[in-house]
Amino acid sequence: MQLGRVIGTLVASQKSPGLEGVKLLVVQPLDRNQQPAGEPLIAADGTAQAGPGELVFMIYSREAALTLPETFVPVDASIAGIVDQVDVD
Amino acid sequence: MYIGRVSGTVVATIKNETFDGRKLLIVDRLNLEGKATAKYDIAVDMVQAGVGDLVLVLDEGNSARQILGREPMGAIRAVVVGIVDEIDMEGSPFRVQA
Repeated sequence: MQLGRVIGTLVASQKSPGLEGVKLLVVQPLDRNQQPAGEPLIAADGTAQAGPGELVFMIYSREAALTLPETFVPVDASIAGIVDQVDVD
Repeated sequence: MYIGRVSGTVVATIKNETFDGRKLLIVDRLNLEGKATAKYDIAVDMVQAGVGDLVLVLDEGNSARQILGREPMGAIRAVVVGIVDEIDMEGSPFRVQA
């Protein structure tokens, strides 16, 4: 899992079955010092409580869908938690 | 699996239930010179590792779920599965910090 900053929301009314009610967010991946690293991506919100501006951690590939209510859905990145605090040496 | 150095911790109240009661560590991926690369993982700690420790990191979902006993559905991938005592490799300057 890696850190990310939620920078926006995405709405799609036409979605794959199983993704109904799943919130999609625009997330900027961050490096360990919380600096932008790579291109922004669209992630499903596995917490259902994340919003723009928040620091989150994301899980990718097969495990992304496992954060969602329906676990066999076409999702390759999702938010697994909302970060309260990061302590880096 | 890869060798990493624990460089920090992450605290989250709102998170996937798989992580309830688990410690999350920021682990920097190291190259064979022992230097940090640009890659890192937020991994679940299963071996009481701490900041500064040289660790063995697993980054594969099925294995991770086996270790946590969350088959088949836990949303987990990266796990710290060992604390490295020694690496013996010819020509490598890799040293374990005490």
